[in-house]
Amino acid sequence: MTDLTRLTIAEAREKLRAKEFSAVELTDAYLAAIAAANDKINAYVSVTPDKARSMAKASDDRIAKGEAGALEGIPLGIKDLFATEGEHTQACSHILDGFKPRYESTVTQNLWNDGAVMLGKLNMDEFAMGSSNETSYYGPVINPWRARGSNQQLVPGGSSGGSAAAVAAFLCAGATATDTGGSIRQPAAFTGTVGIKPTYGRCSRWGTVAFASSLDQAGPIARDVRDAAILLKSMASVDAKDTTSVDLPVPDYEASLGQSVRGMKIGIPREYRVEGMPEEIEAFWQKGIAWLKDAGAEIVDISLPHTKYALPAYYIVAPAEASSNLARYDGVRYGLRVDGKDIVDMYEKTRAAGFGQEVKRRIMIGTYVLSAGYYDAYYLRAQKVRTLIKRDFELAFQAGVDAILTPATPSSAFGIADEDLASDPVKMYLNDIFTVTVNMAGLPGIAVPGGLDSRGLPLGLQLIGKPFEEETLFKTAHVIEQAVGKLTPEKWW
Amino acid sequence: MSVDLATVKRVAHLARIAVSEDEANRMMGELNGILGFVEQLSEVNVDGVEAMTSVMPMAMKERQDAVTDGDKAADIVANAPVTDQNFFLVPKVVE
Repeated sequence: MTDLTRLTIAEAREKLRAKEFSAVELTDAYLAAIAAANDKINAYVSVTPDKARSMAKASDDRIAKGEAGALEGIPLGIKDLFATEGEHTQACSHILDGFKPRYESTVTQNLWNDGAVMLGKLNMDEFAMGSSNETSYYGPVINPWRARGSNQQLVPGGSSGGSAAAVAAFLCAGATATDTGGSIRQPAAFTGTVGIKPTYGRCSRWGTVAFASSLDQAGPIARDVRDAAILLKSMASVDAKDTTSVDLPVPDYEASLGQSVRGMKIGIPREYRVEGMPEEIEAFWQKGIAWLKDAGAEIVDISLPHTKYALPAYYIVAPAEASSNLARYDGVRYGLRVDGKDIVDMYEKTRAAGFGQEVKRRIMIGTYVLSAGYYDAYYLRAQKVRTLIKRDFELAFQAGVDAILTPATPSSAFGIADEDLASDPVKMYLNDIFTVTVNMAGLPGIAVPGGLDSRGLPLGLQLIGKPFEEETLFKTAHVIEQAVGKLTPEKWW
Repeated sequence: MSVDLATVKRVAHLARIAVSEDEANRMMGELNGILGFVEQLSEVNVDGVEAMTSVMPMAMKERQDAVTDGDKAADIVANAPVTDQNFFLVPKVVE
């Protein structure tokens, strides 16, 4: 039999319904692939084979009865940020040691309601803070991609590094992920996969461990644009449990694939040509422009003047919200506890032992910018700058632009334990320079492979859309995908 | 603006994170690096600009005024490190 793990979700969905193989067989194929590869890739922090098989068995029963859901029997990996009842949910932090929720997140419940099968929990940067998956308590994830002729281990990006690596290495059919500053799109770009961060409010945040509540959004990472559309349809919902969940019906995203982009206006923002950006990135961007032009889209130069201020404003807003959200980890209600001489000593020792360096750094920044006397100078100013960033996009859309095309990242994947990046946190933050504006403005953004660079590593293009116009992104990304073809790493694991 | 060692220790205490002298020194450098980076926001003219309060315009949802949840004390303390009869236990806080 052909390797079942190589099938896309769309292909597997059809073959399962045609009973060419069973959901249990498909799940077993993935469990075997994980068992063989996870030591090398470290994408999963917890594998749930018993649960997976019993869910797959239930899927087979429903298929037999003709009651198959939209994702019936499709094996998925779940980022460790999503609460899954009775299963490992630690945001890859030591401070949530042993935490097993008594409830299920809305996003994962939506997937199970549609028949999907859970393979396990995926590695990530601790509390989704990072761009390389190196801040995880469970160690770094290794990118399935290597530069041509090199054995150097590369990062898969972050924070959804486990999700991206598992999808690229065929260790799940698709994965859930979350994006606060680029955490879906940057790892998708580094692994030749497709990742979409939908509009803020499209996916419920209920049951997702909070990092920065005004920026966090869930979305899928998948092998192609169609699979991403299928997954988002299932993940998105209107949820009374999340007051920021938007009261709009979820469209059939898959139906937008194959629609023409003729006459669409694609904006090219001049501010995304940043100093020190490799020429190759610019060349790929030009290719993307040419593909969309060939497909009949009109290309227009636009200006988003506050782009350069998005990252500094983000590094005030996100840590401020994180310092508040992470105050709940106190050694009392869940997770790790380190005893102390009194309650404050217990809090301080618990949090010192439970949080990693990057998380501490961000809590400290957040605490500082919110502290008495600094609130106006930092937080209030940053939220005003955020208004200006959003206004830049609104003006472009008002002028008739339908979507915006940019590079997804300023480079391809870099090495594990890169000394230059480790010594300067700000350098690592610059990875998100093209993605973070989208979170600050709440807009949808998709990363789609643009091709391989001269070292043989994937580079991604990003499309940014109007609020709740994910369909425009899917159809436009599909045009780019048709031009590029799919990128698959050479198997070494 | 930059922070000195005393400020780092004060902020660490506000954040309830114990730091050693070495850690506080290292953090001082890192925090000043980040604060230096965000300093560029002072170039932006924000006169008359409203601070963002909601990234997507949406009306606040109203919930039905009814009891919809509860009676799950055992679930709530299930993950706590130390409990007794469905109470969380903490070190003594009153003399």
